[in-house]
Amino acid sequence: MSKKIIDRLQKDHGDAVEETSDFRGDHEARVKAKSWKKVALWLRDDLQMDHLIDLTAVDYPEREPEEPRFEMKLFVRSTKTNERIRLATRVGDGEKIDSLVEVWRGANWAEREVFDMFGIPFEGHPDLRRILMYEEFEGFPLRKDYPIDRTQPLVAYRKVEGTDKLPPFGPDEGQPWGRIDWQKRLDGEEVQVSPSIGVQSGDRKALSTGPEHGE
Amino acid sequence: MEPHYEALEDENTLELPSEPMRLNMGPSHPAMHGTIRMVLELDGESIVDVDIQPGYLHRGFEKSCERGTWNQVFPYADRLNYVSPMLNNVGFALAVEKLIGLEIPERGTYYRTILGELARISDHLTCNGASAMELGAFTPFLWLIKVRDWIWDIQEQETGARLTHSFGRIGGMAAPPTDGFKESVLAIFDEIDHAMMESEALLLKNRIFLDRTQNIGNLSQEHAIAMGCTGIILRSTGVDYDVRKAYPYMFYDRFDFDVPVGHDGDNYDRFICRFEEIRQSMSIIRQALEQMPKSGPVSCDDVRYVYPDKSDVYNTIEGTIAHFKLVMEGLKPPPGEVYSFTEGGNGELGFYIVSDGSGTPYRVRCRPPCWYNLQACRDMLLGDMIADIIPTFGSINMIGGECDR
Repeated sequence: MSKKIIDRLQKDHGDAVEETSDFRGDHEARVKAKSWKKVALWLRDDLQMDHLIDLTAVDYPEREPEEPRFEMKLFVRSTKTNERIRLATRVGDGEKIDSLVEVWRGANWAEREVFDMFGIPFEGHPDLRRILMYEEFEGFPLRKDYPIDRTQPLVAYRKVEGTDKLPPFGPDEGQPWGRIDWQKRLDGEEVQVSPSIGVQSGDRKALSTGPEHGE
Repeated sequence: MEPHYEALEDENTLELPSEPMRLNMGPSHPAMHGTIRMVLELDGESIVDVDIQPGYLHRGFEKSCERGTWNQVFPYADRLNYVSPMLNNVGFALAVEKLIGLEIPERGTYYRTILGELARISDHLTCNGASAMELGAFTPFLWLIKVRDWIWDIQEQETGARLTHSFGRIGGMAAPPTDGFKESVLAIFDEIDHAMMESEALLLKNRIFLDRTQNIGNLSQEHAIAMGCTGIILRSTGVDYDVRKAYPYMFYDRFDFDVPVGHDGDNYDRFICRFEEIRQSMSIIRQALEQMPKSGPVSCDDVRYVYPDKSDVYNTIEGTIAHFKLVMEGLKPPPGEVYSFTEGGNGELGFYIVSDGSGTPYRVRCRPPCWYNLQACRDMLLGDMIADIIPTFGSINMIGGECDR
């Protein structure tokens, strides 16, 4: 971490810097949320901070309502000069923040994770989806007000368009036993699979109606 | 026999549909070790696009850390990279020690170095062995896993557990080295050398192995840096970034070792870099064993952070009180936040920890090297064939426990 970078930041972007700190050799500069991307671009282009190390957030719910709730943290280093810096900014609940994917491509998954875990939306992110959790997950697990023992509702089977199997894979495909309802077959009914399977696969017709009905 | 086409109007009738095909690979596919899912867009057999979906091994590491004491994080940290748990243990201990400003005795630092480098060797042996096995070469896998088992024997002798040691402590290690530590470590080095030489002899002149690794899974230097890759993946593209050299922690500035770098950033370079790094690790361990003090404590004696001796606990009131406070309330670092990083098995393993001054971590963020390395996997795969996924994904050494946390 380097003090020089903090000094240059204060010289070039003095109006954006809110606070700087130095604790155990870790230099950090907190900037205004609206200059987040501008400072990041400046770090990359003017200071050759080309190596994205990490991007994460910390939740301080007690700061509300005077101060925004989340604190975003960005860790970058330069492969040329080996200098490091930690950049921070504050974002409120539901407020958008500029995405840094255009600055460092590696921010893509990091921002998706922050979105997934904290629910901070990123403006201009190319593909903002949940990444560690599944789509139907309710809430944001790393927020302090998410209880660690909360149970999630069961997720129903997803309906995916265009994945219906075509013949010759019939309703009994993948079912090792018990798939034919023999009573129905003997009665000569059209749907001959046992009810449990029939419901799952939409009561499709049996492909084979048995040897005696062949041809 | 000539093919017979009925109703052949003109040649265009024979054209195959040209829209890309979508294929799911994983999460329970034998090559997707660590359980991830890849949704592939294929044009014939070449990969047009791939969506990599991690998260199947997510178990809430960061959330779980926020409800125990600082020392209770160690068992979780073990399970991050379960192929080299000691490196995670030490990485987390160093982070908290940085937050407190705690110095640990020299012997303890050397002990951490040696156990950590042993873990690194076992990590690389596993990855290279498994990569070779997935390409059909089962013999090197057996040889390399055999010597890995001897490394685990040493870890078991020292820590009591083969895989999940939970041996690191804030302010030192759980126990001092055993009597025969130096001899038993040095005894297996010849075997490791031998196994690597034999495996290289089998693989590096093998046409199949070379065809499937050389110039496959290429990653350019610019992409690797911008994607946040570290470790072998970054070094194989020619960037000499190793945390042990760039920002020496512990006593890595006292050892003489090289950082192997590749040239093309392909699977072959990653394979070679891993083997070379094992040799460098062995050299580090030899030097550390020479320099390590023969006797002395491995933990510091600050009773605010380190458990006192059992005899003190039972015989003195100060010891009893210190023990009680540490067990009931946990150690209490000063409020603040630090980012501490070490060279893990796959690259820069960082811990960003926030303390509010209480006995429970306010936030523990693990910067998993695999996460960023896996993200770059898409760049490596685009344009390659579907069969190239197996060696490429194998050479990334994605560890689900660390990637998904």
